[in-house]
Amino acid sequence: MTAEQVWAALDEIADPEIPVISLVDLGVIRSVDVHDGHVRVEFTPTFLGCPALEAMKTAMEEKVAGLGAEPEVRVISDDSWSTDRITPAGREKLRTAGFAPPAPREASAPQLVQLQSKAFRCPYCGSTETKLENIFGPTPCRSLRYCESCRQPFEQFKTI
Amino acid sequence: MNELLLGLADDELIIGWRDSEWTGIAPMLEEDVAFSSIAQNEIGHARAVYELLTDDADALALDREPAEYRCAPLVELRLLDWAHAIARRWLYEQADEIRISALREDGDARIAGLAAKINREEAYHRMHAEMWHERLRDELRFRDAVAELWPYALGVLPPAQRGELASRTGLAEVGAVERGTHTDDLAQLWDEMTMVRRSQPAGTQW
Repeated sequence: MTAEQVWAALDEIADPEIPVISLVDLGVIRSVDVHDGHVRVEFTPTFLGCPALEAMKTAMEEKVAGLGAEPEVRVISDDSWSTDRITPAGREKLRTAGFAPPAPREASAPQLVQLQSKAFRCPYCGSTETKLENIFGPTPCRSLRYCESCRQPFEQFKTI
Repeated sequence: MNELLLGLADDELIIGWRDSEWTGIAPMLEEDVAFSSIAQNEIGHARAVYELLTDDADALALDREPAEYRCAPLVELRLLDWAHAIARRWLYEQADEIRISALREDGDARIAGLAAKINREEAYHRMHAEMWHERLRDELRFRDAVAELWPYALGVLPPAQRGELASRTGLAEVGAVERGTHTDDLAQLWDEMTMVRRSQPAGTQW
């Protein structure tokens, strides 16, 4: 078995909360190591309190076991995952599903004035005439915005 | 055990519990969502820090007696008034940022890495607190709540970091309500928080 085969198998796992995107698209799989039928996957959570964490871990273990290997999934709780790791394909899948992809991470933490600015683009009509409705949304990784051009509320990925 | 980290994890667990009490009854739907999301993050931070300290985070979080918790009295208080709830969020986030910033410089890479991760998420809690602080800061009821909770907020931090909290908030340093003592509110919270755990034999899977 090769690492490429494992990556391809992991790419079949949909994000439990946003099924349009795979765990590989999301960039949460940091590394895959294959050694004599033993596969070690290093995985970085998006948010530490993400309730889908266990479901993702179990799905990866099952996927690796399905390839006939012994899985070991390690959760790495450091700052190595960022929304910048979402792949270009993943960002496009998010946008077409009505989720505005995250803005790039900057050196300093995001500020309220930025979120309240009109720098965020509506995923439906492309307008930047959008306003912040709520910093928080249905999951920790999303905010709620409203597009004043097409009058459509939408979910904006937080930058992490 | 690292007392500073245990205190941090206990603070996050207990404030997460208190914040979650607004789920369904906040003054507006947006705040139901916000408080629920913040609570979820805080409890996630608690779990990650407990995991640095032990192999069994649930046992550390839920199998201690109330007196063994190291949380600051600020997070224990049962606050039924919105002005107080927001005053605590604002004060807590200010204090939390100071200690998390210090932990990002920790010599242990696991601690520093986790602190950096936590800080990314807390940035959104700080924005939420800032937004409400801007909205309420001139209201007498809010100012009274801040004044009442201020000695508790100082108790979140070790004495060396309190001066920075005072300068950030613009409040004068006073005697702190220290960590290590507990309010009567903790016993009621603990009873509810650990009820399911205590009702099941150890090792029960969900």
